[in-house]
Amino acid sequence: MTAKILTHAVSRPPTPRVAWRRINPTIVIFLVLLAAICWISPLYRTAPGLMSLLQRASPVIILSAGQTFVLVTGGFDLSVGSLITLVVVACALITGGDGSLTWIALLAAYGIGLTVGLINGAIVAWGKVPSIITTLGMLLSVKGVAMLWSGGAPEGYLPVNLRYFGRYVWRHVPLIQRLPVAVVVLVGSLAVLVWLFHFTNFGRLLLMIGDNPRAAELSGVPVRRQRMLAFVISALAAVTAGILLGGFSGVSVDVGTGYELEATSAAVIGGVVLLGGEGSMTGAIFGGLTLYALFTLLNLIGFPEPLRVAVQGLILVAAAALTARRSGTRQ
Amino acid sequence: MKRKTAWRLGVSGAALMVATTLTATAWAQTATSDSTAMAKEFAYEKALMSAKPIGPADKPWLQSLSSATVDTAKYKKAPPYRVCFSNASVSNPWRVVGWKVMQAEAELHKSEIASLSYADAQDKDDKQISDIRAFVTGGKCDVLIVSPHTSDALTPVVEEACKVLPVITFDRSVNTTCPVTAVRTIGGYAYGIAGATYVVDHMPKGGKLLELRTAPGIDVFETRDDAAAKIFTDAGIKPIGVEYTGADNAKTKAVVSDYLSRFGKIDAVWVDFGAMSVAVAEAFEDAGQDYPIITGEDQEDYLQKWKQEGFKGIAPTYPAYQWRTALIAALDVLQGKPVYGPNWILPQPIITSANLDQYVNAKMPPLHYAACGCEGMPGYPERWGGKP
Repeated sequence: MTAKILTHAVSRPPTPRVAWRRINPTIVIFLVLLAAICWISPLYRTAPGLMSLLQRASPVIILSAGQTFVLVTGGFDLSVGSLITLVVVACALITGGDGSLTWIALLAAYGIGLTVGLINGAIVAWGKVPSIITTLGMLLSVKGVAMLWSGGAPEGYLPVNLRYFGRYVWRHVPLIQRLPVAVVVLVGSLAVLVWLFHFTNFGRLLLMIGDNPRAAELSGVPVRRQRMLAFVISALAAVTAGILLGGFSGVSVDVGTGYELEATSAAVIGGVVLLGGEGSMTGAIFGGLTLYALFTLLNLIGFPEPLRVAVQGLILVAAAALTARRSGTRQ
Repeated sequence: MKRKTAWRLGVSGAALMVATTLTATAWAQTATSDSTAMAKEFAYEKALMSAKPIGPADKPWLQSLSSATVDTAKYKKAPPYRVCFSNASVSNPWRVVGWKVMQAEAELHKSEIASLSYADAQDKDDKQISDIRAFVTGGKCDVLIVSPHTSDALTPVVEEACKVLPVITFDRSVNTTCPVTAVRTIGGYAYGIAGATYVVDHMPKGGKLLELRTAPGIDVFETRDDAAAKIFTDAGIKPIGVEYTGADNAKTKAVVSDYLSRFGKIDAVWVDFGAMSVAVAEAFEDAGQDYPIITGEDQEDYLQKWKQEGFKGIAPTYPAYQWRTALIAALDVLQGKPVYGPNWILPQPIITSANLDQYVNAKMPPLHYAACGCEGMPGYPERWGGKP
């Protein structure tokens, strides 16, 4: 293995790349889907229409970007979906519809996220339990806590000022007319995540760990701490997604269910390699956008449900395969 | 190497998804009921909707739509009684509300009940089968109440139990008449008929109707939709779409927003499950449009929204007060009193704008079911999460 890496590094001169090859294919897929959406529905040809699409896609995009931190190290985080449920239930129970308690609820939500991320990370990094098992266990425990705390039926609404983040839209904004608050939260969160991933040593080391954990360890990378922080970031992203999703749609016991797989699919579509070592924020973001655009397009076409599930599955696999092929040829 | 792995993952993923789709399709097909049986049940439930119930009008959980009774003299025992209850699950808010109703009912009979033993099957047939066996062989039950998870799977074990002690079923039933009585409400067709008829009567001619469904292949939702679809077809209304939302609020809002963008205007939204209704209303708010007709159910969030915004609504119910009835029936049986049976058919109230005030209560939590029959019970409203 070591020998292979060495020859790989030495013998291959940098190949001259054609410019279009460097474009992430997910962006192309997304633009095609978007064009189809615009073609079918006049609403999406306008700025407010696109903004509302972006508003609804925000939770998945943030989740997929957060999940990418774990995926590139070669791990999985399956607990994010039920963490969203817990965040929404917790916010409803803490505030009970009282807007003056919103800031406490937000602090508590991020506190819960931090705790869940730290536990996930610690068990994976120091306990040597595979992350898929650790986070599956966490998925069940977190869901259990949410059910126990709420008694199975959440009591109380989310106050208006808490729902503000996910639901409110500023009107009469120059150029785009309408600006959902969720989009601002999205841009802010992504700025932080992109910075962490691409512009800090922390991010670069994550990729290195995913590519070859042993080499990373031998070269003095604090592998365990890095891994743990990756889970913390994923969990905090899930909390943000939960606040947006709860804000958008209100309290229910099912909110967040299935989002762990959506976020993972989104990242894979965006070219994040499931076993680690490769991935980018651009990919994760456009993966999330592509996934949401696909849902929207199939909604707009109005396929019957079984056919839709089949088509959705095939397109997802095709998109992931296309991206995987492209990253394969580049190596 | 990575490339190969990715492909392999892709291929197995595709195979998995195709398999899932095929199973889902097959499942949906088997669930489609035979049309003559459907027509018969439809007519039966429709007739029951206008039948006059027997019993005290202010206590619907004691009423019945069929006058037939079962003699229970052979089960008569001296109190106090050991009651055992095998519950399918408490995995949704309706069941949570119902289980609290039953516990409160037990408190009302403190002197007659020695113990209320409880087993939660967590939505698993095999767990419920072993729960029931444990109750029967344990010999510590005088009567067994069962809320079956599925009818077919639970039938044999309920038959075993019937040989040893009196059994009462409620909510879903089993395919045997051995239980002393099966407590039920009118049914899913009646639910579908009520909402759909309201839409037909109040939607402007040529109006656009969107049907929202929870998931395919679940009996209760299938019957609701079968009935509604029949009413709409008979009235010459073809919905602009039938969509599955999984009762997920975010998906519901997204689906409705997309339909609004496609059709510009929607005049009525019919739902097979009231948990989605508020999300529907919010989608119209966010789009800056007037509310259409939105059907719902007796969840408080829908009732409060309906009252506050004054849109055209209707709430057929699947009353949670049947959890009281089951326990009352069990105690009656042990006291040798005749009970309504072999089916105790409870009335199924329909909430309209005329009687909305009777059900809406801003102090109750959003997912509380208003037809719980629990207003006068011990611990109301705190037990159900309400504010005093």
